[in-house]
Amino acid sequence: MSKTIVELKNVYKKYDDGFTALKNISFKLQEGEFYTLLGPSGCGKTTILQSIAGFTEVTSGQVLFDGKKINDIPANKRQLNTVFQDYALFPNMNVFENVAFGLVVHNAKKDEIQTRVHDALKMVQLEQYANREISELSGGQQQRIAIARAIVNRPKVLLLDEPLSALDAKLRKDMQYELRELQQDLGITFLFVTHDQEEALAMSDEIFVMNKGEILQKGSPVDIYDEPINHFVADFIGESNIIEGKMVEDYQVAFLGHQFECSDAGMRPNEPVEVVIRPEDLVITTPEKGKLQVKVDTQLFRGDYYEILAYDKAGNEWLIHSTNASTDDAIVGLTFGPDDMHIMRFNETEAKFNHRLESYED
Amino acid sequence: MKKNFRGLFFTPYVLWLGMFVIAPVALIFYYSFFDIHHNFTLSNYQEFFTSGTYLTMTANSVLYAFLITLFAILISYPMALVISKLKHRNLWILLIILPTWINLLLKAYAFIGLLSHDGLVNELFQFFGLPVQHMLFTDASFILVAAYIQIPFMILPIFNSLTDISDSYIRASRDLGATKWQTLTKVIIPMTMPGIKSGIQIVFIPSLSLFMLSRLIGGNKVITLGTAVEEHFLTTMNWGMGSTIGVVLIISMVIVMLLTNTKRKRRRA
Repeated sequence: MSKTIVELKNVYKKYDDGFTALKNISFKLQEGEFYTLLGPSGCGKTTILQSIAGFTEVTSGQVLFDGKKINDIPANKRQLNTVFQDYALFPNMNVFENVAFGLVVHNAKKDEIQTRVHDALKMVQLEQYANREISELSGGQQQRIAIARAIVNRPKVLLLDEPLSALDAKLRKDMQYELRELQQDLGITFLFVTHDQEEALAMSDEIFVMNKGEILQKGSPVDIYDEPINHFVADFIGESNIIEGKMVEDYQVAFLGHQFECSDAGMRPNEPVEVVIRPEDLVITTPEKGKLQVKVDTQLFRGDYYEILAYDKAGNEWLIHSTNASTDDAIVGLTFGPDDMHIMRFNETEAKFNHRLESYED
Repeated sequence: MKKNFRGLFFTPYVLWLGMFVIAPVALIFYYSFFDIHHNFTLSNYQEFFTSGTYLTMTANSVLYAFLITLFAILISYPMALVISKLKHRNLWILLIILPTWINLLLKAYAFIGLLSHDGLVNELFQFFGLPVQHMLFTDASFILVAAYIQIPFMILPIFNSLTDISDSYIRASRDLGATKWQTLTKVIIPMTMPGIKSGIQIVFIPSLSLFMLSRLIGGNKVITLGTAVEEHFLTTMNWGMGSTIGVVLIISMVIVMLLTNTKRKRRRA
């Protein structure tokens, strides 16, 4: 087990107007891992980042860095750096001066500044751009300079506040690879804030899903995608079909008038639940062979798959991802295996959820 | 058809420019080449640049204008910095601008009332047991009052450039380890340089020729180029010499503009 570098203990943030931005936030960040705070805008993810960086004071609770409480330590004395959403590159300085800024304010020697700025620029593959003005750079280049500037002080933790949101889709995908590679090369902790679930799933070791000032679920991208704790997480991460059902007994769930074998357990008999089936886990077959019969409504060609929208007899909407096209208004059957279903209880806390999963999984 | 229409909109601007900018400047240049007897001559310029009186006057004017501008910056910058951080900053800046709507003469007389031998300031001095000071008609009081008059014009561009700076620059600076002082000197001041420069442009040139203040507050001990222009046009009736000084003022304005108008784009590799 590696060392805890940042820890939040029961952190609350309340504003004067009564708005509570953070409700009892507690988590630990280990050294050398890639973490993502994922949530819709206004969920408090940036507030967490700012309270770690030192731009906002928490109302109560503790912020610990390397085991020491840093609540009252000003931002310039904290050994972590931030990549800002708008990059905040100083327009009055060129690329070299921007990257050197963190060293200059610490009165580093000239030749040390020279080598470290060069190294930082090399990390982001822009070493030949040292003498350019900021206004001469493209958005993607500015993004890299902002990263170079933030890593030049060799922080133990790098905070990234939606750094990719201003880039176009292609560049954003490239930068996901690069950020992940950079994090592994540097071996430091990244705390990445985003509202883009795709970014979070692609890059993170661990994701914290947030909504309304609370962390709903922590876990690896695969865990969060396959076993979302509640309706919000299932809906927010990826596409999903969520149907109300009833847990008849362990490994048996009923919905839409049928009973199915599933791989979840540990609930009360006949407890009302929600069932999640991902669109890519649904397989289209003939109506006779299908576990469910649905009528195709619309299809969208997405390039690598068809997105098919269908309705069952009860009027529930079904989203299906299929490599083959179907016919509009056709009645088709849908099959899925026991592992393709994930059962969610209503109002289950994360602790109870994890405990229940452990009770029947090996 | 469309072209004529555009020309119509352009006309007022051209007329204005011609009648109130180009023509007066041309007239000033024209008059500067005539002596008091309406003979064409270069003697006005010769006199200006050889006479000790005019050169000292020019040096004095520049020195006073420099001091006025300097004090205006020293007072305005911290003030603009504080106001830009306040909650109701637009209200506060309005209060700063308010005095500019009051006539300059009224303000000058108000200062005479304050600074005179039996004025409010001296009464305060006496109250605290300090000796009565002769403040009116001194260089110091002239610079004080002139700086007071000019401060709103200095604060406004600085304030605007300060409010243009996004918070994230200041956060980035702090985040990278800069102290508050380093953030001010390395990020905020360089980024507000355009504001400071336009403040200098607005304040320095008028300060070269503050003839009314130099008379009312400086007691005519402070003779600036402005005073000289007024004397030549209204008292000695030597329009040629007055115009020559005018030309010198215009040229110094151009020089200040060039000095403060360095492009934002700097050296290129």
